[in-house]
Amino acid sequence: MAQQVSAKEPTAAQIAEQKIYQQFGVSDSEYELICSFMGRQPNYTEIGVFSVMWSEHCAYKNSKPLLRRFPTSGPRVLMGPGEGAGIVDIGDNQAVVFKIESHNHPSAVEPYQGAATGVGGIIRDIFSMGARPVALLNSLRFGKLESDRVKYLFEHVVAGIAGYGNCIGIPTVAGEVMFDNSYDGNPLVNAMCVGLIDHDKIQRGVAKGVGNPVFYVGPPTGRDGIHGATFASVELSEESEAKKTAVQVGDPFMEKLVMESTLELIDSGIVLGIQDMGAAGLTCSSAEMASKAGNGLELYLDQVPQREEGMTPYEMMLSESQERMLFVVEPKDEAQAMEIFERWGVICAKVGKVTDDGRLKLFHHGEVVGDMPVKALVDECPVYNKPSSVPAYYEANAGVDTLRYEEVKDLGGALKQVLASPTVASKAWVYNQYDYMVRTSTAVRPGSDAAVVTIQGTRKGLAMTTDCNGRYVYLDPEVGGRIAVSEAARNIVCSGAEPLAITDNLNFGSPEKPDIFWQMERAVDGMAEACRVLDTPVIGGNVSLYNENASGAIYPTPVVGMVGLVHDTDHITTQGFKQEGDVIFLLGDTKAELGGSEFQYVVHGATEGRPPELDLDTEKKLLSSVLGAIQQGLVQSAHDLSEGGLAVALAESCISGSLGAQVHVETGLRPDVALFSESQSRILLSASRDKAEQLKAYIEGQGVPVAEIGIVEGDSLVVDINGASAVNESVGGLKQVWEDAIPCLMK
Amino acid sequence: MKFAVLVFPGSNCDIDCYKAVEETLGEPVDYVWHTATDLSAYDCILVPGGFSYGDYLRCGAISRFAPVMSEVAKAAEQGKYILGICNGFQILTEAGLLPGALLRNTSMKFRCHDTVLKVANNRTPFTTDFSENEEIVIPIAHGEGNYYCDEETLARLQENNQIVFTYSSNPNGSVLDIAGICNERGNVVGMMPHPERAVNSLLGSEDGKRMFTSILKAWRDTHGAASVR
Repeated sequence: MAQQVSAKEPTAAQIAEQKIYQQFGVSDSEYELICSFMGRQPNYTEIGVFSVMWSEHCAYKNSKPLLRRFPTSGPRVLMGPGEGAGIVDIGDNQAVVFKIESHNHPSAVEPYQGAATGVGGIIRDIFSMGARPVALLNSLRFGKLESDRVKYLFEHVVAGIAGYGNCIGIPTVAGEVMFDNSYDGNPLVNAMCVGLIDHDKIQRGVAKGVGNPVFYVGPPTGRDGIHGATFASVELSEESEAKKTAVQVGDPFMEKLVMESTLELIDSGIVLGIQDMGAAGLTCSSAEMASKAGNGLELYLDQVPQREEGMTPYEMMLSESQERMLFVVEPKDEAQAMEIFERWGVICAKVGKVTDDGRLKLFHHGEVVGDMPVKALVDECPVYNKPSSVPAYYEANAGVDTLRYEEVKDLGGALKQVLASPTVASKAWVYNQYDYMVRTSTAVRPGSDAAVVTIQGTRKGLAMTTDCNGRYVYLDPEVGGRIAVSEAARNIVCSGAEPLAITDNLNFGSPEKPDIFWQMERAVDGMAEACRVLDTPVIGGNVSLYNENASGAIYPTPVVGMVGLVHDTDHITTQGFKQEGDVIFLLGDTKAELGGSEFQYVVHGATEGRPPELDLDTEKKLLSSVLGAIQQGLVQSAHDLSEGGLAVALAESCISGSLGAQVHVETGLRPDVALFSESQSRILLSASRDKAEQLKAYIEGQGVPVAEIGIVEGDSLVVDINGASAVNESVGGLKQVWEDAIPCLMK
Repeated sequence: MKFAVLVFPGSNCDIDCYKAVEETLGEPVDYVWHTATDLSAYDCILVPGGFSYGDYLRCGAISRFAPVMSEVAKAAEQGKYILGICNGFQILTEAGLLPGALLRNTSMKFRCHDTVLKVANNRTPFTTDFSENEEIVIPIAHGEGNYYCDEETLARLQENNQIVFTYSSNPNGSVLDIAGICNERGNVVGMMPHPERAVNSLLGSEDGKRMFTSILKAWRDTHGAASVR
């Protein structure tokens, strides 16, 4: 029987009588279950450990049945979900490791540290696999960029991401930022890290070899971040402000030291198992490592380096102090490991031992203060199939005519209005705060469709992007899910790369609400289908639920992080027009699809109707034809049509290339619809005059609709529709509107 | 010619400097740990960018106490070539090898982007392959690159032609748009922009290459044909 450790802590009996476990998010039935696994009532430390292991954040208890619907394997997948990060083969004994993770709730309360530690956590996931992190990305959502609070959150989240990534020296190369009332009070901060590894260096988080010592690496444990995982698994409320202690503080310099020393340790070949201490700190890393090896683990808590005096076992087990790792080596290799950390000035302490009894046993001051079955902690959390029902808003939207608004005649004005929308506007204000060039591999910088990072010593590169349009997902989760994956793939292809796989961050409201659970189910189905058709399996990810504010749930936002392989750096393509005289082509069909569009939101102040349709076979054909054309050297520029439709895509290609265009559009649609419809599966290409015919013939031969719509020329964007002038704006003027929008709002 | 790239625990442009030397010059180059106490084997010492010791206090404030820094001072005295880039520039000013200090950018934000530099002095060992007043593209990435010195120092810098690079469009509030300076002797240069990030057109610019070729040329000129590899 485990001992009571502190007079201040409630006894096991008090926990049961006063239902103290409820404060940790443990339900009555879960508590009963825990007691039956334990064979007795758990003490304070034990119930704390169970509560974090059984939180949504660690156990995925509400989302597991949905996650099983994703395709997770493929010929290139070396490691799927379950470890720190997924791994995909890229040939030549090399592989790419990547994962995305959310830090939404901490960032809502303390934006700088919340975002910074989100970055720190995802970097650890990558290097704990043995990979060298080579790039960072993010996906951010905020309320409308008008209130002081939203501006404060935006400013400090960006600063936090910059502060961490810049210091540790990993370039932040891509991302997306969108603004919509739906995220007011509950911003989304998703961070993604991409690493490179040789096949033979891949590590796993396993506590192998009974009797082997377990080491703790990193700064001492403090009282910060206690119950962070639980905090992430409840709705934000006014009390959240009081939970600031659940937000950790980041130290990127320390992480740099831990990263370099850990990679050196892994390189030495002596590591048997290693895992970072992320959510639920020492608890989760030790329990998971023991579980994956089918072993048990003893932890001697007096040996855990401690930053504060008098820390209790409960506090040590639940602390989420940052920049810490746990690893196992054979006893004979102890000294070698210690020497590496000493040289880097990093604390390394022997804190435990691998056992064969399948139990996580905690010792403190010579007493057993916790004794729990590992399997119950890791595998036995109940999984809930929540009720789901079709929301009323979805039914109501079926009848909404998205063309019911009066036709907009001033199309140049509308274009400027959409370009000035912070969601569409230049994000230079954001990414110029990130060091996106360190490591001197960034071939395509932030601001194009996808970033490209070259791989040293080869002609290969990695293209990467994050994408999700929450409005589409809200209006039709299944179609929106398909679009999120497809748009990511389109961005990857436009940069000249072959899509490989995705990591996903499922940001939703409370799964207890049937409307929300319906959104989750449908969105996952849409994504899973797209992943299957486009051959981009899900190799890992994160679930963030309970994203709600006073007015309800956020838009369902399943962010897709995709990585693609550039087979030869000659294929790298960007969105800007390249040369006067180049011919512009529009691939794909434009339909009257304004539902959920940026135009609808900005010009008509609405988000309604059905989102654009997306046919996956059409998408697949488009992607393979564009990639083929790029690889044959027929393409000068490629740009995916997304928010703002054809008008914004043309404007962005002009602005990025500092060149104008003469465009003629033949259409049966209303001019404002033709320009701003967000129909999917469309790409804008330009080709030099001598290759234009060949390009057109090739695309047509692939069965993809293609129209020659103009030429790159002059310094204005001039568009006429069915012969009538529609837009005539100087590129300089459009650029100014697009570039000034966010800096002006942030002044 | 032999190059050293210093490595402080928080250096993060060390690899980039190493690669730049290797790829543009093909001359031998070593990483040298911050605890090293002998730099006699090296002809040029690169102090790279990054966050040497986390730089939570003031950039470079702790690095000046690193054992290797007294060797850097010795090398400077011996007339060896020393180039501090970004955090390396901050360290050289903290160590007193270059005058002035780097304050926070006036925007109070980290800034990373290409900048157009004017070569104000093409007679240092680091800049002979540029023409005078030539405009070159070299990126910056810093939060504290706002060069400051008192009036008297500034007058001396101007008088001695110690201003090596200036910004065409000042990104950080530096006095007289200063991007890089040298010591009186001209063998120690500090600059906030990153020439090592501008050695490959695929990554944006090749203008930084000529800083490295200049150094090699200067060394060959002073060491005679016999030493040329």
